[in-house]
Amino acid sequence: MTTTTTTTTIIAGIAVDLNAEGFFEHPDQWTPEIAEELAKAEGIEKMSDKHWQVVKFMRQEYFAKGTGPTVRMLGKTSGVSVKELYELFPKGPAKVAARIAGIPKPKGCI
Amino acid sequence: MSDTMTSSITADPIPASRITKVSIIVSKGSLDGIYPALIMANGARAEGIEANLFFTFFGLDAIHNKRIDHIKISTVGNPGLHVPTLAGGLPGMSALVTHMMEKKMEALDIPPIHEFIEMIADTGAGMYACKASVDLFGLTKDDFVPQVQEIITVGEFYDKAAGGQIIFT
Repeated sequence: MTTTTTTTTIIAGIAVDLNAEGFFEHPDQWTPEIAEELAKAEGIEKMSDKHWQVVKFMRQEYFAKGTGPTVRMLGKTSGVSVKELYELFPKGPAKVAARIAGIPKPKGCI
Repeated sequence: MSDTMTSSITADPIPASRITKVSIIVSKGSLDGIYPALIMANGARAEGIEANLFFTFFGLDAIHNKRIDHIKISTVGNPGLHVPTLAGGLPGMSALVTHMMEKKMEALDIPPIHEFIEMIADTGAGMYACKASVDLFGLTKDDFVPQVQEIITVGEFYDKAAGGQIIFT
């Protein structure tokens, strides 16, 4: 509530700060329950093991490198292929998975 | 209250006028002619936007089995490179500049064209070759990488592009 672009929202009983695009301002506010809620909002009824694999990998990369991985990097290193990524997150893997993983939108064009 | 706020995070904050589909025409066969189209198509899919690539004229080199791994930057008549025209024409200049550019791109996580084409196909984008150009160069579908779905006429291209934006590169 401090700026006009951040909104505090209650998800799965926890207050989280989201930016104007719906991405987490503070990734440490994230919980797995929040991920389940956010996934539903993105049309993913039940998070599969593969969904979790991607989400956990994205958080791990984010905390290690300060930015989320690109789809290319995900395809090469997460153990989930690019084709599968698009099947898991049809509305765009980088964007949707980052939102569910509670990390900022990955920067970069690839 | 939490309900209304929860619903606000579920809605896509971008307005309804957002782009939902693009069809990108690739008409050039140089490295700098091909990459922008591939980056735009890949970027569209990453945002959940439907994307088609239509390769025409020298753009066919980007999907040609024998040429896809040998796409070069033109160092002659390319003022953006800031290389004097005569120097640009020296033997090996194009290969050298291409090599330098490829190294820079790899460092930025931009894939080589062949891998990029495979990756974009995996994103679910459509890839088509222009029939008029295929006939002009005496090619067949066997000359193209397997990611190319069909050789189509310009009319069929417009059918596939219906309801979206068309970008010519």
